[in-house]
Amino acid sequence: MKLIYEKSERGRRASSLPRPDLPRGDVPESLRRTRPPRLPELSEPELVRHFTALADRTFGVDTGFYPLGSCTMKHNPRVNERIVALPGFRDLHPLQEEAASQGALELMWRLQEILGEIVGLPAVSLQPAAGSQGELTGLLLMHAYFADRGEDQQRREIVIPDTAHGTNPASVTMAGYEVVGIKTDRRGNVDLDDLRGKVGPRTAGLMLTNPSTLGLFDEGIEEITRIFHDAGALMYYDGANLNAICGISRPGDFGFDIVHFNLHKTFSQPHGGGGPGGGPIAVRERLEPFLPVPAVVRDGDLFRLDYERPKSIGKVRGFCGPFGVFVRSYAYIRSFGPGLKEMSEVAVLNANYLLARLKDAYELPFDRLCMHEFVLSGRRLKREHGVTTLDVAKRLMDYGFHPPTIYFPLIVPEALMIEPTETEPQETLDAFANAMLEIAREAAEQPELLKEAPHVRPVKRLDEVRAAKRPVVRYGFGEGDEPQAEGTPGEVRQLEAQKGA
Amino acid sequence: MSFLSLTEQDREQMLETIGVDSVDELFEQIPAAVRLGRPLQLEPALSEPELVAHLTELASRNADTGREISFLGAGIYDHYVPAVVDAVLARGEFLTAYTPYQPEMSQGVLQAIFEYQTAICELTGMDVSNASGYDGTTVAADACYVAKHATGRSKVVLAETLNPQVRQVVKTYAPGFGLDVVEVGHRDGTIDPDELQAAAADAACVIFQQPNFFGCLEPAPDLAAAAGRAGALAVAHVDPVSLGVLEAPGTYGCALAIGEGQSAGNYQSYGGPHYGFLAARSEFIRRMPGRISGETVDSEGERGFVLTLQTREQHIRREKATSNITTNQTLLALAGLVHLSWLGPQGLRELGETCLALSRHAQGRLSEAGLELVFPKKTTFKEFAVRVGRPAKEAIRDARSAGVHPGYALGRDYPGLDDAVLVAVTEKRTIEEIDRLVEVLTA
Amino acid sequence: MAATETYPDQLRYHAEHDWARIEGDEATLGITWFAQDSLGELVHFEPPAQGSTVAKDSSYGEVESVKAVSELISPLSGEIIAINQKVVEAPETVNEDPYEEGWLVRIRLSDSGEADSLLDAAAYKQILEEQ
Repeated sequence: MKLIYEKSERGRRASSLPRPDLPRGDVPESLRRTRPPRLPELSEPELVRHFTALADRTFGVDTGFYPLGSCTMKHNPRVNERIVALPGFRDLHPLQEEAASQGALELMWRLQEILGEIVGLPAVSLQPAAGSQGELTGLLLMHAYFADRGEDQQRREIVIPDTAHGTNPASVTMAGYEVVGIKTDRRGNVDLDDLRGKVGPRTAGLMLTNPSTLGLFDEGIEEITRIFHDAGALMYYDGANLNAICGISRPGDFGFDIVHFNLHKTFSQPHGGGGPGGGPIAVRERLEPFLPVPAVVRDGDLFRLDYERPKSIGKVRGFCGPFGVFVRSYAYIRSFGPGLKEMSEVAVLNANYLLARLKDAYELPFDRLCMHEFVLSGRRLKREHGVTTLDVAKRLMDYGFHPPTIYFPLIVPEALMIEPTETEPQETLDAFANAMLEIAREAAEQPELLKEAPHVRPVKRLDEVRAAKRPVVRYGFGEGDEPQAEGTPGEVRQLEAQKGA
Repeated sequence: MSFLSLTEQDREQMLETIGVDSVDELFEQIPAAVRLGRPLQLEPALSEPELVAHLTELASRNADTGREISFLGAGIYDHYVPAVVDAVLARGEFLTAYTPYQPEMSQGVLQAIFEYQTAICELTGMDVSNASGYDGTTVAADACYVAKHATGRSKVVLAETLNPQVRQVVKTYAPGFGLDVVEVGHRDGTIDPDELQAAAADAACVIFQQPNFFGCLEPAPDLAAAAGRAGALAVAHVDPVSLGVLEAPGTYGCALAIGEGQSAGNYQSYGGPHYGFLAARSEFIRRMPGRISGETVDSEGERGFVLTLQTREQHIRREKATSNITTNQTLLALAGLVHLSWLGPQGLRELGETCLALSRHAQGRLSEAGLELVFPKKTTFKEFAVRVGRPAKEAIRDARSAGVHPGYALGRDYPGLDDAVLVAVTEKRTIEEIDRLVEVLTA
Repeated sequence: MAATETYPDQLRYHAEHDWARIEGDEATLGITWFAQDSLGELVHFEPPAQGSTVAKDSSYGEVESVKAVSELISPLSGEIIAINQKVVEAPETVNEDPYEEGWLVRIRLSDSGEADSLLDAAAYKQILEEQ
């Protein structure tokens, strides 16, 4: 398929703009644009066809089953798209007078109250733009809290389990802390003996997801809380897996002091091919003064932005955060009410059902019921038939499914991390399970089907090594960016394909 | 509940397959002491019609730009978003896809990101762009991080004429990054290159804005040269829709170009979600935070796209990552690509010229009417600061009651400007609306 | 692509999967067969600056594959006197020949006594078995 630049034709144009009857404005020559940017030149019909073709080459939750672990690829309600397009939300400027933004301010305040109730913590900021930014904000809060108590020089370490999502240690480094890793035991819980030896006066806090990325609720959570609180440290909850426990258990109740939410996971903000998301945080009373500024507060019947926050860590993002995301999540939660509990119950039911159907054909590293997701290992297939989890994932594409997460968490070899979510019907779960069982059979009898998969996507398996070795990250406009031919038929064909596709 | 797909019968069958009697058994792994034991205290569920009614009521209590003539800018602008942007974003595949880690399932998203990266490079005159950052504030923190690692220096210099929120976010990130932040004050609305050079000794980078927060045009090539003489990287924070008439930062010596993408393709939406962009010269590619889509071939030699250089990112590098960013702003960046493609190079230039012409006209009319421009000697782009002869907040309140929002009260961010309003004039404003503005401000 | 699994007897090894060939007061450094096999095909080598000093057990650079980045841990202390440009230009050389063509840097030793603390081939192979 051609790039939009390859379809461009000089002089074509889609836009029409008002041209007021005024003298032409100009800028000083030293600041003036010399060469125009080579943006595409297409008519509107061509534009629409191009982006339609791109959409046709993309698989979303709307297309089919998308069981990525810890991503919570649930259905995104259409009514939310209608609501977010209301002019009162869509066309509202963030610096509008507060008296003329009461609907927006009230929505944010109510969402804060709701999120606080869901996790059992009283103070909420909606500002962070994504889960990982929520993590960074939480760590900056920890730092501010300890600095306020004169303990920040002493407490330089954050404890993270080996099952943690990569954003956790990355956020720790960005916040200026050091990572201390702890192991997972054979039940899939945090290894308490390992933990006890590593928590002390140098510890600022813990970062934990619960249930973990193994899909297991930590059975030792009460002891973990005791260990950290006895050491004067704080506990941070990564809310990526909140979909498992809404209305059933609350991180604030089982000891966490800071929680971040992923609005694009649990609360239905569509994933958008990689964003936008939302990463609000909820904190205990004693951390409230450090929250980002402005705070959204209620003053009788009015809602205001409070900038008088001398202990605040500052600002992590512009304005109040990704407001359009709040609108969708608020609408989503209002359509469940206390029935959010059923959302989590069905998420856990669906996951356990798939687990029951698949655990014999694949290896289950932790022999327990799971929560909203579970991890299998493809190790036996590799040992016995030489096919890897990567091959299984690519072959699933031929069956019309998006593969689950692969090679994560790191502690399970050849990992497959599967989260069906609560919006899937039983028929889909059965179809997926049947495909996985069929693939296990193919691995034994026709492994080349897996090794050469996918067969039915717009492209065959892509060469990621080449992309990293000789990065081509923009269109070259034919200016010497042609790749070097290396004499093998594949590369020669690729040059031809590039010109004509 | 219409989002759940299981029937009672389905549930019973599934419980039997699992080998438990009830859903409650599945939750026994949660210790009893930490179970909630009561319903969530949330208001009862709303049906879809009730939901729409409730949200419509909330929206009705917001004065959006359709309800008054708005000259409000200060970082977020009332530009026209063409219908084709809405149409593309409504495609469920784009809306509901995940980050494209399985490239064979997501060639559409990966190619769109590649095209977006190309567009940003073309606008800014740079070699490499990432797939987007959160917004125009966090990309400034990202740029400082790149500069620190590239130069080994930890001081960063920010122009006082850089958007106040951008500066505030950099300062929030600074302690964790180990940055020392220094500001350079403005001289009559712009930055003096010699003062910048002096401040930039031992700095990793300097960040200035073009056009700046006051709408004034900085002597950008001189500022970039001054940074260079001090051994610091020059970073320009730019307005994407100005780059049809203003020179590309890559052409006048900048190492990085960043900015807020909202003006290109996004609605105002009370401040978000939008997208930040970050582009750089090729030597910085391995230090760039964020996703990057790269071109490659498949096993039969067909061109395709993949996320590349993922070893910079958190899911591989973990504590050594160049950033912790995962979810970014792909859908909004896609909107930006569609908008820029709709404009094309001619349209982008015309858009810039129209904003220039209208804002010059507004400045002229307000001056004639006796209001004083704050920086009369400076050339501006689509915004300018004007004194309204009384506290700006009052003037705004009164103007709004006459159906006009005149702009942003600058006194909040800059001393001595309590009587000044920052007026933004986009291509959506008309000569008649500018007449109204003059009327209400001089009433 | 890669050579068969070997751990030459004349080299000395570090538990972080790096090797050293000691010749008088200089040493050549690289990564072992196990390291290149775990990483997969290398796509990038980030070398240290010529003339910089490196300390035993600390990082002197990085190699990258598509799926991982690995720090290079120096088995010995010294000054960097040469960098293998061939690997900079074609990182996959390390996969093809990790011990000869795929050498990474040469250093002038600052403390020849350090060599005693390194593992011989048998001891290193033992570590691999325990992995």
